[in-house]
Amino acid sequence: MSEKLRFRDPELAKEIVQKMRKITPKGEHVKFCHVCGTHEWTITHYGLRSLLPRNVEVIAGPGCPVCIVPAAEIDEAVQLAQKGVVITCFGDVLRVPGSQMSLLEAKAEGADVRVVYGVSDAVEIAKREQDKEFVFSAVGFETTAPSTAIEALGNPPENFSFLVSHRLIPPAMELLLGVGDLNISGFLAPGHVSAIIGMKPYELFPRVYRMPTVVAGFEPIDVLMGIYMLLKQHTQGTALLENEYSRVVKWEGNPKALEVMDQAFAVTGGNWRGIGRLPNSALKLRNQLVAYDTREKYDVHIEQGKDILLGCECHLVIIGKIKPNECPMFMKACTPAKPVGACMVSNEGTCRVWAKTTASQPIN
Amino acid sequence: MAIPALVKSLDGSKARVDFGEGVLRDVNVSLVDAKAGDYVLVHAGYAIQTVDEEDALETLALWKEILATEKDPGS
Ligand code: SF4
Repeated sequence: MSEKLRFRDPELAKEIVQKMRKITPKGEHVKFCHVCGTHEWTITHYGLRSLLPRNVEVIAGPGCPVCIVPAAEIDEAVQLAQKGVVITCFGDVLRVPGSQMSLLEAKAEGADVRVVYGVSDAVEIAKREQDKEFVFSAVGFETTAPSTAIEALGNPPENFSFLVSHRLIPPAMELLLGVGDLNISGFLAPGHVSAIIGMKPYELFPRVYRMPTVVAGFEPIDVLMGIYMLLKQHTQGTALLENEYSRVVKWEGNPKALEVMDQAFAVTGGNWRGIGRLPNSALKLRNQLVAYDTREKYDVHIEQGKDILLGCECHLVIIGKIKPNECPMFMKACTPAKPVGACMVSNEGTCRVWAKTTASQPIN
Repeated sequence: MAIPALVKSLDGSKARVDFGEGVLRDVNVSLVDAKAGDYVLVHAGYAIQTVDEEDALETLALWKEILATEKDPGS
């Protein structure tokens, strides 16, 4: 990307931080929440927390699409893998713990599990190897769901189906507002999800909940500016929906993507690891695509799994109630090399992001 | 994670893009209206949105201006 577009100008960062300091109300703790693994990465990697005024805090909500896949849905994939179906998935999904084992452990026992870069690669492999049955573990928020939709609508081969674990972000944000003593004063809304869904789905946060909401991009300047915009609203006592990331996020989102999603998927209730069931928060292939729905094709429906292992605090990390280093296992029993919980597995998981950067960056 | 890339050439729903390391990759562009020379945001092999370069430059300029002139609330 051309340098001009990098949004990493340290001078500008300094200016924003100075402005923040001027407008931050004294004697009050102000807490904002983001819901995006990439925001957490930017904030942690660039040590942005250490630049913020002392009484301004940014916490990480459920922004990692891999971390929140319930164990039951990993169990479904593991069960199929053990029966000889080839499971294709993103690299991040491989080590996510199921109730008994991860897909990686199933692979070590001889199952055919293959990592792909995107769903189209999985479809291509299935076309080449017609003597085998293929399943794609479709994990991701609204950023990823359109690619699954396109492939599902594009006449995939008969030996291919989708184990859909897609989830939607706005219902998770709404849940956070109901979590007692979280006391959030504003949302930093995720840029890439918003590139697809646009601004409209966030309207209810300022309107119904009086919650300042700013959609922000992922460069350090984007995140600082987003926090500054939230802080300004907070200080002025307003609750607005604003867009910091207008170079990518349009009010209407990406209409083509929304259309294919709507054609392929119906919205339904879904379980989130560490959170439980959220209404209208998951996607399911529509009836006309049922032949490609893995759960229907092989009649696998696992309702309950073991989401949180003894001692793992992922359920508190996922909703921003505790920081990773408040979990007794962090960097002791649980490390990126030997993860215990889902938050340490994915590159977007808060524990992993912290584990990978604590050595070099100060974190408040 | 989505990464910006420069569209080099198009062939139907496929495009060759450059992620900045000079390595060209094929991505699916059926979700966006992109042409050669545009920046697109790529996630898992799919371009999910075009990046408005003009808007980006304007945004930066505007921020600098706002930060320079903006009256602090209450001051
Ligand atoms: S450090 Fe490990 S065990 Fe603790 S919450 Fe994070 S993932 Fe779970």
